[in-house]
This record gives sequence, C-alpha cells and structure tokens, in this order.
Amino acid sequence: MSGRIFLFGDDIDTDQLAPGQYMRGGIEAIATHCLEAIRPEFAQTVRPGDIVVAGRNFGAGSSREQAAEALRHLQVAGVVALSFAGIFYRNAVNLGLPILIAPSIDDVADGDTATLDPEGGVLRLTTKGTDVALEPMPENLRAIINNGGLVPHLKKRIAAEHKGTAE
Amino acid sequence: MKQTLAQKIIARAAGRDHVTAGEVVTAKVDLAMIHDSGGPRRVAPILKELGVGLWDKDKVFLVSDHFVPGDTEEGASILALTRTWARETGVRFHDGQGICHVVLPESGQLQPGMFAVGGDSHSPTGGAMGAFMFGIGATEMAGVLATGEIWVKVPETIRIAWTGQLGDGLMAKDIMLALCGRLGMDGGKYQAIEYTGEAIKALSMQERMTLSNMAAELGGQTGLVAPDEVTAAFLRSVGGAVPDLSDLHTDEGAEVLEHHTFDATALAPQVAAPHSPANAMPADEAGKTAVSVAYIGACTGAKYEDLQAAARILKGRKLAAGVELLVAPSSKRDQDRATQEGIMAVFEAAGAKVLPNACGICAGYGTHRLDADVTCISSTARNFKGRMGEASSQVWLGSPLTVAATAVAGHIVDPREMLS
Repeated sequence: MSGRIFLFGDDIDTDQLAPGQYMRGGIEAIATHCLEAIRPEFAQTVRPGDIVVAGRNFGAGSSREQAAEALRHLQVAGVVALSFAGIFYRNAVNLGLPILIAPSIDDVADGDTATLDPEGGVLRLTTKGTDVALEPMPENLRAIINNGGLVPHLKKRIAAEHKGTAE
Repeated sequence: MKQTLAQKIIARAAGRDHVTAGEVVTAKVDLAMIHDSGGPRRVAPILKELGVGLWDKDKVFLVSDHFVPGDTEEGASILALTRTWARETGVRFHDGQGICHVVLPESGQLQPGMFAVGGDSHSPTGGAMGAFMFGIGATEMAGVLATGEIWVKVPETIRIAWTGQLGDGLMAKDIMLALCGRLGMDGGKYQAIEYTGEAIKALSMQERMTLSNMAAELGGQTGLVAPDEVTAAFLRSVGGAVPDLSDLHTDEGAEVLEHHTFDATALAPQVAAPHSPANAMPADEAGKTAVSVAYIGACTGAKYEDLQAAARILKGRKLAAGVELLVAPSSKRDQDRATQEGIMAVFEAAGAKVLPNACGICAGYGTHRLDADVTCISSTARNFKGRMGEASSQVWLGSPLTVAATAVAGHIVDPREMLS
C-alpha cells in the first residue's frame, strides 16, 4: 500500500504523540490529538498507509505506550527515523507497529508518495523512483512482530508450555 | 573477565557467568513496579486475555500517583479500578503515598544488584541504589507480570565522572541539566549510564536519585551509581536489608563505550529553556526571564532534600508580586519529615500553595495545568511543549534552589545571590 510521508524533526516526544491531558481517556481520544502541539492537522489528515518519517530520538520521554498505539490506531504503515528512544522502540514492537531505522533521510520530503516494506527493510519513494535502505530489525524482535505483537507472541508461548506440561 | 556493573547485574539475572555488550539475553525480574496509569487498567485486560495470573505477587510493587487526587471523573474511576485490582491480587500497594520512584526506595524493597523494571520512563531512578532498573510500557509489563522475564540487549556503559565538589547553591539537578545540554537527549544512546567521581560519591541518596532519574532525559536505559556506604546507610534508615556490595561495581579495566569527565567545582546553577532539557544554560544567562508560576514537584524535584533546599531560600522571604509558587512534595514520608522540621511552614509563610503527593502538573493528567502563554520555572525533569499545560505555555527547568530564588525575584536568577 502506498501512502504519503509526514516528515518530522528530532526529539519528537511522547507528550506530543499522546498528550497527557487525554491520557485518562481511551486510544480513540488520544489518537485524535496525536502530534497536535506541533502539527495541528496531523490526526485529521493522516490516512491509512501513510508513513511517519523523523530525525533523531523519535518517541523521547514517557513510557506511555499510547504514543505508539495512537499511530497504530491511525493506521500509519510505520515509522522510519534516524534513531528511536529506547522505550518507544520496545513499545512499538510490542504493539506490532513497524518501526525502522534509516541511516539517512536526506532524500525524503514531506508529502512524498512512498511505500514501506518492513520485511525487506526498504522505504520506496515512488514519486522520486528511489529507495531508502533501512536497517534490518533484530531477529528476536522480528519474531514478536511476525506473531503480531507481544500479546499474541506470549499466547503462543503459553499455549506451547501448556502443551508441554500436558505431555 | 572484566565486567561493568550493568553486565554483572544482567549476567546474574540471566543465570550466566558473564554477558557481552550487544547480545540479547532473557533475564529474570527481581521486582516490577507499576502505577495507576500504565498499571492495572492496562495490564489486567492483557493478563485476562492471556489467561494467566501474576508470576509472583510479592515481586510486584503498585503505587497510585498519576491520577491522584482523582480530580476528574475518569481519573477517579481509574483509581477505583487500581484499588480493586490491588485487593484482588494482594500485591504490595502504596495508595496516595507519593510518586512511585520515591516511594519504592523509601520502602526498603529496592536493593542494590537487583534487576528491576518499572512501568514508567523515570524508572532509572532505581539506579541510584545500584539496581539495574529501567522503564517499559504496559504491554511489555503485562508480559513481565505473566512470565517474570524480559529480554534485554546487554548495554554498553557510558561512564560520566564528575571530579571536584559541587559548590554551595549547586545540586544534582544542575549536573543533569548541564549533561543534557552537553550530551543531548539521546546522548545516553539507550545504554547504561554510570555516574562516578568524587563529586558523585559525596552526594546523598536523594541527590543520587535525581541523577539517575534524569538518565531518562539523557536517553539512557538506566543510570547507575555503584552502591557504597551512602547506599548502605540509606537502606538501613528505611529498614531495608543490606546485601553484599563487594562486587557491585565496574571492574577496573572493563570495556566502556564512552568516558566523560566534568569538573563539578566549575559548575554554575543551570536552567533549561523551553521546550527541551537539552536547552541548558547558566541561570544568569537566561535574560532575567519573568515567570508567573514556580513549581516544586515531581519525582525529580520535590524530595525531602529538594524541599529543604528551597526552604533555605524562602525562609524570611516573600514571593514576588504576581508569582504563584506550587509545591507538590514527592512523597508523604518526605512531606511529613519536612513538616516536622518546619520546612512546610516556611513554604506557607512565603505564600506557597501545597498540592497532593502525586505527579500533579508534571504529568499534566489532571485538571491542574498551565494556562496559555504562562511562563513557569519548574524543578521537574521535562519541559516538552504542552506537557504541563497549553502548547503556548513556556516551561523553564531549574534546581529547587533556582526555582525558589526565581519565585522570590520574579525572574530567573542564580540562587547563589540569595544564599549567604
């Protein structure tokens, strides 16, 4: 699926992704205000399949996983950044949100049309006809993502353990 | 094999003799801390879906702090759910006693050498005790609560040494703002930060907690201080057992990723301009920025010693006209001690308003938030745009001393002007 790129700068933080004043509500309410402090129209204009591209340290700040969940709720295809804050990275994997590191985003412009291939580790800039190679995800995390996130991953593991006990 | 403190703790938790930086291991968790926001309301439905209970209720530490005092309908209902879950599971629960990162060490339950997780990004605070403690999200926490295990990529260690001694008027908070300015919010690279040097050794446990707490703002996975006599004395003071500390240090010659050295003696009080802790500068270079709200709060900046420091400035002084000073002591225990010692009376006499022992305005989860265009100076850790209130509010960060001195002056000042 092809989508548009929403380009952001460095240190996009979790208060911008999931504002504190909406944290008492559900993900629907939080997602409606995702990134509004820096890009007020984002949640209203983003469409399924669009791709968030950012600079360094995306997801800095809180451990609130609603920061990653809001992007998944808005059905973005994934996030590509120069680097991610550690907790956000883990949360995204656990929630099944594709998240990939790009060595450079110099070729990427806001509004570009692109497709994200998390398995192949490539961001295809279809407007420009060029590819951005992405770092492959570590194997243990690919296993979680391939199972659809941590909860289905654990379900599988717990079922296997029960089977082991039964035998 | 020479190991860092972080490697030693992870190796023990993973059942290994030693571990190598970069390898992924599965480790057994000694303690899991959760709070009302990322805790029961998020993990209980996942545990239900998995069809399992807690792996060990005695290793779970629950605190209500984000939605206390429950000043919204949803917040009150989240607190109610938290209390019900605590009763049903029988976990250790500290309700309305203060902020998790301060309540946990004060309980004596967190021990040096532990491998611990917390459902909050300021969980590196536990590193001040010499525990490898780090923050995780709620889904991952549910996994820990179900299995007692978590994967970790063994981190490299970034050693940050502070030589010399902090001068009067300087606090751990100034060290951390200076580090955020120098190294940036991703300077920690999600590795283990370890604070060393004579200026660090000289710090009390609560000051060390400020260092470790803000390892989060440096982008570290955790922020360690090797346990020593200060740690042991603190543990005894809170009724905790003191384990064998003899091997809980980074071996001489162990490989580290980076080693930074700074001179504490030369450090001046720091502030960070909106909207990043990395926008650090000496307080006297902040252009005497006028403020209307001063906030002493959060796990970072309202512990007993933070209150004590602010009271040094406020004693016998009044707030500047038009400045509101809000004080939200980090824990009930710290507030009680401050009350006994006359510190809370100093705040009252100066005209401060005292708020509940909770995350309060720092988290911005309740009704109390900064209005549009307000300029605030805060002893908290983060001044992200819109975090504490309206997107147009401007938050500066400083030490409790700097916040108090600024509240008196009405504009940002170097607190040393008011200490004699």
